[in-house]
Formats: sequence, C-alpha cells, structure tokens
Amino acid sequence: MSDMHPDQETTYQAAGVATVQPVPRQQPIIPGTHDDGTLVEDPGLRAPLVLGERSFDDITNTVCGYTEAPMPKIWLTAFTITSTVAAIGTGMILYLLITGVGVWGLNNQVDWAWDITNFVFWIGIGHAGTLISAILCLLKQNWRTAVNRAAEAMTIFAVICAGIFPGIHVGRVWFAWFLAPVPNSNGIWPNFRSPLLWDVFAVSTYATVSLLFWYMGMIPDIATLRDRAALRLHKGVSRGFKLPTPIGDGLALHFMPRPDQIRVLVYGILSVGWRFSSRHWHRYEKAYLMLAGISTPLVLSVHSIVSFDFATSVIPGWHTTIFPPYFVAGAVFGGFAMVLWLMIPLRLFLPNFSDILTLRHLENMAKILLLTGTMVGFAYSMEFFIAWYGANEFEFAAFANNRVNPAKAPYWWAYWTMIICNVGFPQVFWFRKMRQNPLVIWIVASAVTVGMWFERFVIIVTSIHRAFLPGEWGMFYPTWVDILTFVGSLGIFLTLFLLFLKFLPMFALSEVKLVMPQSHTDDHH
Amino acid sequence: MSTMKTKITELMSGIADYFPMLMQKPAPKFVTESGNAVYGMIAEFSETPKVFKAAMKVRDAGYTKWDVHTPFPIHDMEEAMGIKTTKLPLLAAGAALSGLLIAISLQWGIDMLYPVVLQGKPLFAWQPFMPVMFELSILATAFMCIFGMLALNGLPRFHHPLFSNERFHRVSNDRFFIAIEASDPNFDPIKTKKLLEEVGGTDITLVEDES
Repeated sequence: MSDMHPDQETTYQAAGVATVQPVPRQQPIIPGTHDDGTLVEDPGLRAPLVLGERSFDDITNTVCGYTEAPMPKIWLTAFTITSTVAAIGTGMILYLLITGVGVWGLNNQVDWAWDITNFVFWIGIGHAGTLISAILCLLKQNWRTAVNRAAEAMTIFAVICAGIFPGIHVGRVWFAWFLAPVPNSNGIWPNFRSPLLWDVFAVSTYATVSLLFWYMGMIPDIATLRDRAALRLHKGVSRGFKLPTPIGDGLALHFMPRPDQIRVLVYGILSVGWRFSSRHWHRYEKAYLMLAGISTPLVLSVHSIVSFDFATSVIPGWHTTIFPPYFVAGAVFGGFAMVLWLMIPLRLFLPNFSDILTLRHLENMAKILLLTGTMVGFAYSMEFFIAWYGANEFEFAAFANNRVNPAKAPYWWAYWTMIICNVGFPQVFWFRKMRQNPLVIWIVASAVTVGMWFERFVIIVTSIHRAFLPGEWGMFYPTWVDILTFVGSLGIFLTLFLLFLKFLPMFALSEVKLVMPQSHTDDHH
Repeated sequence: MSTMKTKITELMSGIADYFPMLMQKPAPKFVTESGNAVYGMIAEFSETPKVFKAAMKVRDAGYTKWDVHTPFPIHDMEEAMGIKTTKLPLLAAGAALSGLLIAISLQWGIDMLYPVVLQGKPLFAWQPFMPVMFELSILATAFMCIFGMLALNGLPRFHHPLFSNERFHRVSNDRFFIAIEASDPNFDPIKTKKLLEEVGGTDITLVEDES
C-alpha cells in the first residue's frame, strides 16, 4: 500500500486509532534546558505526573503510536550496532563452549573473575525493576508508573544476561542440568547445603516471578494494541508491510501480511482476551498487590543469597556478615543507575515521552541514587573498619594490602575507581540544580554503572588473587574472549531493550491513566 | 431453588462454550430479528465520575449479571458495583503452603533416600534448607497469583460477544461501558434500556451473541 490518502488519514484519526503522535507541546523539553513545571518545592502542592493537559486518548496514542509507527532512524542505527555486538558476544560463548574455559584468563589462583563479576553485575541491575514495581507499589509511590514497565523489562533482560555467565563458566555446560534436583542414574543429588545451589533456586525464582509480574502488568496494554490493530483492519486503514531501510521510507513488501494482521494475532494471543471488565480488574489488582507483596522479600532475598556465595566461604575479604544488606543496597543503586541511563536518552529521541517521564521523576530517582550510593559508601567504610577492628591480620591485609594501598596493592586502581564512581559521583545530587539536570544525572548514572562493575571485580578478584601463602599469589589478566563476552552481554541487553521499545507498550498505559486527574471518581478534580 | 436452576444453566452454557460437541446451549431468553441470541445491552460513558455514579444506580436497580468495562481499574468500583472480595488471597496462601511442602519434602526426602554427609554438616539441620523453602513458596504463590487470577476471570477466552461491537474496542483507550447481560433475571430490553438512559449512558445498543 502506498502512502495514505489525506482523507484516509483523517478517518484514521477520527477512528481513534492514529499511529501518528499527538502534536508535541509548544516547547518540547530538551534535557538540561529548563523547568517543566514539575519541580515544585511546596510540600502542599503535588507535582502533576502527566504533563501537557493530556487526555486518555493522547496517552494511548503517544505510547501505542511509537510501537505502531516506524521507529525513528536512530533506532535502526542503534539496533544495527547492538545486534552486531550481541552476535559477537554469542560467537564468544560458542568459542568458549567449543574450546573450553581456558580461553578466559582464569588461572589456579583466580578461578572466579570476569564471569562471576559479570553475573553479579547483571543480576544487581535486575533489582531496580522489581524494586520499582513492588516496593514502590506497596509504598503507594504513584510516580513509579512512568518507569515501572521499562524497569521491569530491563530486569528481565539483565537477568537473562546474568544467567548466561554461571551457566557457561561451569566448564562442561552439557552437565549444567546437574543443578536441577532430578532423579538420575548416577544417584547424585544437588547439595542443598551449598549457597551455590540456593543461588540456582533464588535466581531462577526471581527470573520467573519477574517475568510473570512484567507480563501480567502488560496484559491490558497489549489488549489496547490488539484493539487498535483490529479497529484499523476493520476500517480498512491499516498500512502495508515495509522493511525499514537506513535511507528513505522503507521497502514495501506486498507479499507480506499487513503488520496489523500479525498484531491482531500475536497481541490477541498474548492479551488472553482481556476485556477490561471491572470484575476482572478487581482480581487483577488483588493479584498485583500480592505479587508486589511477595516480590519485595524476594528481591531482598535474591541478592542476599548471591552474597552468600561469598560470605559463607572462609576467604578473607569475602567472609563478612555485612554482605547481604550491602549487596542489596548496591544492587538497587546499580539498577536505578541503569534505568536512568536508558530512560534519559529516550526523552530526547521520543519527545512525547517527556510528558509522562517528567523532570520530577528523574529527580526522584536521582535522590534514590544518592541514598543508595551513600548506603554503599557506608558499607565500604564499615567493611574496612571491621577488618581493622576485628584484628584478624588476614582480613585486614585483604583490604589494606590488596585493595586500598597503591604502594602495595596491584589492584588499587580498581578499588579507587569504585570509590570515586560509587561514593563520589552521586554526592553532586545534594545540590538541587544538579539532580534536576538530566545531562548531569545521565553522566552520574554512567559513572555508577562503571563503578558497580568495578565493585564486583574488586570483591571477587582482589580477595582471591592473594591467598594465605605468598607462594600462591597471582594476578588476573583478561583475555580478548573475556572482554568481548562482557561487551557482547551488553549488546544482548541493549538489543533486547530496543526490541521491547519497538514491539511492546513502553509505559504502563492503564496505570498512567490511573494517576491522571480524569481518573478520579469525584467531579472536582 | 431458582438460584440452583440458574447455576445449572450457567454451568451448561459454560461447558457448551468450550465443548460444543458435548452439550447444546440452553435456548436463549431473548432473540434478535436476525435470529441470534441477545448477549446483553451496553451503554457508553465518556467520563469517570459519570460511569461511577451510573454503576451505583445499576447496582441499586438489583442487577447481578452485569459489568463495567473501564480502561483502567477505577478506585472503589468494587463497592459501587457490589462485587464480593475475591478469594484469590486464600488460594495464594494455599499455594505458598504447598510450595513450602514441596521444598521440605524435596530436601528432607533426598537426605532420607540418599544420606550423604557433606562438609561435615549434620544431615537434617534445617538452617541450610531455609533459602530453598522460601524461594519455592514465593514461586508457587506467584504462579497462583497470575494463573489463579486468570482462571477466576475465565481467561484466556479469545472470543466474547462484546468484541463484536465496534464501539466497544475503545474501552481499551478512553471509553467506559456498562454491559448488562440478557441472562440477568431482571433483564428486560425496554426497562434496561430506560435505566441505562436515565443513568446517562449514550449509544445504548443490544449486543448479539453470534456463537
């Protein structure tokens, strides 16, 4: 089908199924320019959660419009890059499987390095999604509606990336099923007293529950996409299939089914026939609340159990009781940094989103970064203090000689990168102007992401690179396979996120509508 | 007695929906000119306060088989409609308990069938079994929350008479609908239409059950 006739376009909009965006507001907000009216400091006033006097229809058109219309060219560019990187990462994993773990820089002394660092890094990032959707839901923080869907999606993708690493680092991947408690002819069962097995249960439960939570939240919004596609087909205003191309309007492929036909089928199945019934909503809200209630202890348990992998060992630097809360705070910290890192560019490239994701939202998240960053900083200093106060010379040496002191510790630079990025950078958020500036927030979020990777590297590698006897001391040098596998996991993560942007509702439509003034049941809003 | 009869009719029609080869649908009470059964009557609303007040009036008129379709869950709608609180929390508690039992029997059972002393730790110490017990309870509860919710809602159900109404598709965008089913004992094409007009509904139409 060629371009639409203007009359048809009008019918299209009259039908309430426009894939075009509502008119952007007079002054689209560009990060770092000015106040968008949500930064009120008067505690008696509530900042609006949706800007621009938008109607329900506008919100539906904004969110669904980006899914239904062709994505901006920058999406295609970004997707090309990230999927190439993801392919390289997948190639590295394949190379590892074919050759063996020797392709990594692991040695007798440092037998956990980038693999477990990446695992803990990714699983930590995954925590923000559940925190936003569960804990902020229980605390009735309505501003979470602007970010919860994207953060939950990010959780799933981060957990996928995390799941790769312990899976492939076991060496003989084809024996990974030994982790599952299934009857087998060897008569061997998993060791339920090992934290590594708890980890298997915790991470797989977490992945499943996050996926269910994300999917359940999306059912009504997918139903919206389904209804819009069905209406367009019904009214005969649906577009033909076009392959996106780097230059020009895209390549029309007439033999392909219309995208709306595919949408009706796929979204129709995914939305399980949701018909927005109040009787259904009642059970749905109960189920949502209960999922939030059980996800809250779950999210706290997962990173605690990850920290048990280290804390229950007898290695100086790992054997500490502060690990569970310290890991959880770090996970929330790193997760929020990743949410901000992904969402701020979106406001720039998909401008109508800045009506839903306001500066106030960014400021709130910046405050959480400051809080959790300071908690992490407290944990760092307390860990060091106890190492000294506990008077165990090995424990103290693990910190003073192996991490902190540049004259003695070969990894001092990793430790100080961690301190500067995680404790130093977020301190700028004490200043209002700084936490209200998206560019500053984005820079701090990038620094925190780097810092949190280094935190895990410091904990894992610097603790084991020097054992009790100096004869066992060694260093870890990553190989090119190590580096490309990690970069590849970033590619996998971003590719999945870009696909999510294209194919699924980016904001929780029904929840955003719920926090708009028109949703109130009394006449005076 | 009459409630019993309604329940049996409902059950039969439910079975007939899914397994038409087993059972014939009971004869419809109301039929349109084209010979299709009437599913019910829907009225459209465009503002939240209006549909909320209308729902209270429909409830007070004594209807039981009716529903309000809204693009988002409206606060206190269950009160306005007189919906009984769902039993889902009880089911979820049951699921949590069964998850716990699975974890207990898995861990203690393996130790009983294959007693292997590892790391010098006692065989039946409960402390190391706590994490798996916790995780499996959570997992079972989560499954019950979502799949139990869908099951109680009668979903997945890919076809529904309401979907045949074109205007109804806007419920997923910005419109509110009150739908009163023809199987409601109080349903009467004229009286129900009058009620829906009185409470401020527009575009009141009969919806046919084409299945």
